[in-house]
Amino acid sequence: MKIDKNTVDKIAHLARLKLSDAETEKMQSNMEQILSWMEKLNELDTTGVEPLTHMSQEVNVFREDVVGSHLSKEKALENATFKDENFFRVPKII
Amino acid sequence: MNNFGSFSELRNVISSGKASVENLVADCLIRAKENIGLNAFLEIFEEESIKKAKEIDEKIGQKKSGRLAGLVVGIKDVFCYENHFLTGGSRILSGFKSQFTATAISRLIDEDAIVIGRQNCDEFAMGSSNENSGFGPVKNFIDKNRVPGGSSGGSAVAVQSGACHVSIASDTGGSIRQPAAFCGLVGLKPTYSRVSRHGLIAYGSSFDCVGPLTNSVEDAGLLLEIMSGADGFDSTCSRKPIDNYSLFNENDRKYKIGFLRTAFDSEGIQQEIRTELQKAFSFFQSQGHEVVAMDLPLLDYVLPTYYVLTTSEASSNLSRYDGIRFGARAVDAKDLEEVFKLSRSEGFGPEVQKRIMLGTFALSADYHEAYFTKAQKVRRLIQNSAKALFNNFDFFIMPTTPTTAFNVGEKSKDPLSMYLADIFTVWANLAGVPAINLPVGFDNEGLPIGIQVHSGFFEEKKLLSFSKSWMDFINASKENQL
Repeated sequence: MKIDKNTVDKIAHLARLKLSDAETEKMQSNMEQILSWMEKLNELDTTGVEPLTHMSQEVNVFREDVVGSHLSKEKALENATFKDENFFRVPKII
Repeated sequence: MNNFGSFSELRNVISSGKASVENLVADCLIRAKENIGLNAFLEIFEEESIKKAKEIDEKIGQKKSGRLAGLVVGIKDVFCYENHFLTGGSRILSGFKSQFTATAISRLIDEDAIVIGRQNCDEFAMGSSNENSGFGPVKNFIDKNRVPGGSSGGSAVAVQSGACHVSIASDTGGSIRQPAAFCGLVGLKPTYSRVSRHGLIAYGSSFDCVGPLTNSVEDAGLLLEIMSGADGFDSTCSRKPIDNYSLFNENDRKYKIGFLRTAFDSEGIQQEIRTELQKAFSFFQSQGHEVVAMDLPLLDYVLPTYYVLTTSEASSNLSRYDGIRFGARAVDAKDLEEVFKLSRSEGFGPEVQKRIMLGTFALSADYHEAYFTKAQKVRRLIQNSAKALFNNFDFFIMPTTPTTAFNVGEKSKDPLSMYLADIFTVWANLAGVPAINLPVGFDNEGLPIGIQVHSGFFEEKKLLSFSKSWMDFINASKENQL
């Protein structure tokens, strides 16, 4: 798999990462090497194979709809860098 | 170094009055401090563990103590422990304090285990050498120039150096078993979903398993018995009944045991490890078990499948680190997008960023089918072949690692050579079956050799009974040699 700089930039944006030029260059070669190695899977014929999407054997796990012990607002806000009494604070959007 | 075989010995020491729980904790604290340079701990809860020890000594006096009274536990820094810091080995979680306790850990505490500290690990459990931690590498206690394995390197070294009696860690692709092999310990990855993941930092959610690192199979069984079982906080957690894993009473028949054929003669596997495997083969044969050298179907495909799926799951799981609700936040960000991008780029280390990028690529609209869905299909084939294998065989045995502990810096330059170190451990996580590393011997340089035993889904009781009788034999023959 050939990876160009534009692809790295696009993926970095999707992943919400900011890479320096040097990091982009290194990422490009690492990704190219690893993605090419991953292409080994194409040797296998998987026609008609159902993708394995769930590893747990549990199905329909129900519980009574009762009030449990959950995080209080204060506790939930505890780990935020910017907050007020009720909300997480972010830079102005509009 | 360790000076006990299993927790039952410590329990006898306590009940005979030779030592108090407080003495045992003090011993561990001394060893933890002596070996502080190994960087196994991110934080030691000194005052707290001494205080807890005194309380438990009192409970023992009143005959009100739990099953783990006197056991000193270290936890890999991927488990929430209420009102304690938690980093996952990452700078992005600097300053984060857990608001609740992980189910597996709280079940141990309820039985009076004492948590002595948080253990260093590869960042977000991504690594095979513990050189990827945001808080510096961990060194192997036997030889400081060797890696301890990863990602649970700190957890392995802490037990290896006697700084705690057991550790609790996570295994996504070998993160318990590989460090156990490099440090000469027992390391158990249970069946997927046997132990609740509630309160465990997510890496690859369809792979992540919680398990113990111990000196003995006995302790691994005891801890599994206490940690296992349904949990209202994790709907994927199995509701199957828990076997009495700590009894080891399932040994009454002759087994059919498969051995990885290529491991006997492959140049890529260290000679002494091949010799240990051969010894095991002959031993089980002499015991009357049916042993078969066989190929593992699809072994050549396990690593690419594993890395496509885990990087994809990681890219999704790690999207929660946005700098807003918790964790480090870039202070000079001008707008919301910059808050995300700068916080994440400053907070995540290079290996984590690489895996997020690979996963984002594999999940992106143009490549989703070709990478992610393809790997899920191959995973189905791998799981089907594992099911077929265990319909015919009781156990499957292969080395845990191709070599003993490698040198610090040896593989960190080439990402692929590091990924290849996981060749024998990822299979169990892809299939979902349980696997245990057993410390069966040493190489010519005195470095531990680990062999891995697998069993069918939820057959931990059989796996542990079998492992214990094998280790009892190995330990008895070592004593005879002395």
